[in-house]
Amino acid sequence: MRHEVFPSVAGAARHEAIAAWRLCAPTLVLMLLLLVLPSLAVVALSLTDAELGSSDWHFLGLSAYRDLLGDRDFQRAFRNTAVYVGLVAPASVLLGLALALLIEAGTTARAFFRSVFFLPVVSLIVAMGTVWQYLMHPTIGPLDLLLGKLGLPAVNWLGTSDTVLWGLAIIGIWQAVGFNMVLYLAGLTSIDRALYQAAEIDGAKSAWERFRLVTWPMLSPMTLFVITISVINSVKVFETVAALTQGGPAKASEVLLWSIYQEGFVYLHIGTASAMAVVFVAVLLVLILVQTRVLERRVQYQ
Amino acid sequence: MTRRDGIAWPVIRIVLLGAIALVMTAPYIFMITTSFKPQSEVFAGGLNLLPQQWSIVANYSKAVTAVPLLRILLNGVIVCAAIVFFQILFALPAAYSLAKLRFGGRDIIFGLVIMGLLVPIHAISIPLYAMARWAGLLNTLAVLIAPFTLSVFAIFLFRQFIKTFPNDMVLAARSDGLSEAAIVWRVILPNAWPAASAFAIFSVVAHWNDLYWPLITVSKTQLATPPLGLMFFRAAEVGDDYGALMAATVLITLPLVLFFLFAQRLFIEGLTMSGIKG
Repeated sequence: MRHEVFPSVAGAARHEAIAAWRLCAPTLVLMLLLLVLPSLAVVALSLTDAELGSSDWHFLGLSAYRDLLGDRDFQRAFRNTAVYVGLVAPASVLLGLALALLIEAGTTARAFFRSVFFLPVVSLIVAMGTVWQYLMHPTIGPLDLLLGKLGLPAVNWLGTSDTVLWGLAIIGIWQAVGFNMVLYLAGLTSIDRALYQAAEIDGAKSAWERFRLVTWPMLSPMTLFVITISVINSVKVFETVAALTQGGPAKASEVLLWSIYQEGFVYLHIGTASAMAVVFVAVLLVLILVQTRVLERRVQYQ
Repeated sequence: MTRRDGIAWPVIRIVLLGAIALVMTAPYIFMITTSFKPQSEVFAGGLNLLPQQWSIVANYSKAVTAVPLLRILLNGVIVCAAIVFFQILFALPAAYSLAKLRFGGRDIIFGLVIMGLLVPIHAISIPLYAMARWAGLLNTLAVLIAPFTLSVFAIFLFRQFIKTFPNDMVLAARSDGLSEAAIVWRVILPNAWPAASAFAIFSVVAHWNDLYWPLITVSKTQLATPPLGLMFFRAAEVGDDYGALMAATVLITLPLVLFFLFAQRLFIEGLTMSGIKG
């Protein structure tokens, strides 16, 4: 008997439904205002040539999307974002794993190093980006002075179009690695110690063998998750671009969110910007689908 | 990972970790030491950490006077606190309904939650901006809070958490005569505290850092949140007074970092839990 306090089962069910709707009502109103209507509006706007502050607009159908596909700037933003993700996601996942393994491989100073590596996660990214910009300054930046001491040529990381994505990626990796590390630490502590003993009995003598046979397969659900979250977060790169490079030099660091922001809120072409936003969400959806489909086959669940 | 032979491994491990820690903390070290240096020394280059001439007072007073830095930090605190308050206020009752109550439309609401998880604020920022402008909310603190009062992520996280509660907990409260709303705030909330605090940390870190929405909706320095405030500072200090700029970054980074250092367990567990459950 689930509902003994209510007079009849039917009455109880009705009472429960009414209570549920009342509890959900504020959220439903907010969902309508802040999620459903804006989403529909973005799709609708993407089919027009609307401009912010102008009431004159025309229905264009899908031509905004056709134009986007052929637009060199949008292609470049797409490519730049892909390069940035391609640098940041793998590096921050692998480094996060390496740091977690190193911390777990001993007993001393675990909490200390965990906190040190986690620090960038809780540091204001615009502020730390500013610090990195100073570190990477071509003439007075300590990073380049250090490179010079090592006999390496100075690199104008954020100032030339060949290196700007690398410069931003270094900052992105630095920021993300601590988060991936704590996720892997959580994954490592949940591995059953008996599995290592079993592997050793089966002849896995070296640390590498134990990693290959136990740690890596047991971590695979966590790896799937860490990769997904790293890719999604790096696709959304905006803060460092807005604060440090403004998409430059020569549009070499224009990424998807920066393009949407520029198109919508600087040039006020909200029709085009909306089409870009729809493409952006589609990219996120495809990434999530591909990752869960492709990677899930390789993941071994406990 | 079980046993290693000899004394060598623990030493190698500490040396490796120490070297990486040095690289990871280098930005903080240079940020702090540069904030002590006068402009001339910064421009002379050089890798020595300590300044020959200390310029702390000049740099930090410039940092707090060029923009209203304390006001900006206070804005960040107000905005983040209000966002977290409203998010939990709206999400918890909905999450409880989705987790424990049976009603037609539950699947539709949950479907909307999942849809919301896939649509970032950036994608719908244009209609949200138009609504804010229509409502006359541009350049207010309210506009920095309002779009984030709904967190589908909070609903999702709390639903997962509340699902693990025994049904008897709810039934006992009902037979004590509690209304469903009273159950949410007097029975569910105290028990969902770990999830709520984990989410609060996650939300504060996300919104403290957010630049996109404030950049669009706020143009007054008095209303800026920390990231936007630093953008204004950079714009005001067109030159390259790196000493003062670093002083500003120290002051603007410090609050959340201090909060983290005092509540490390809460932060790390909170962010990990919101990460994994999400």
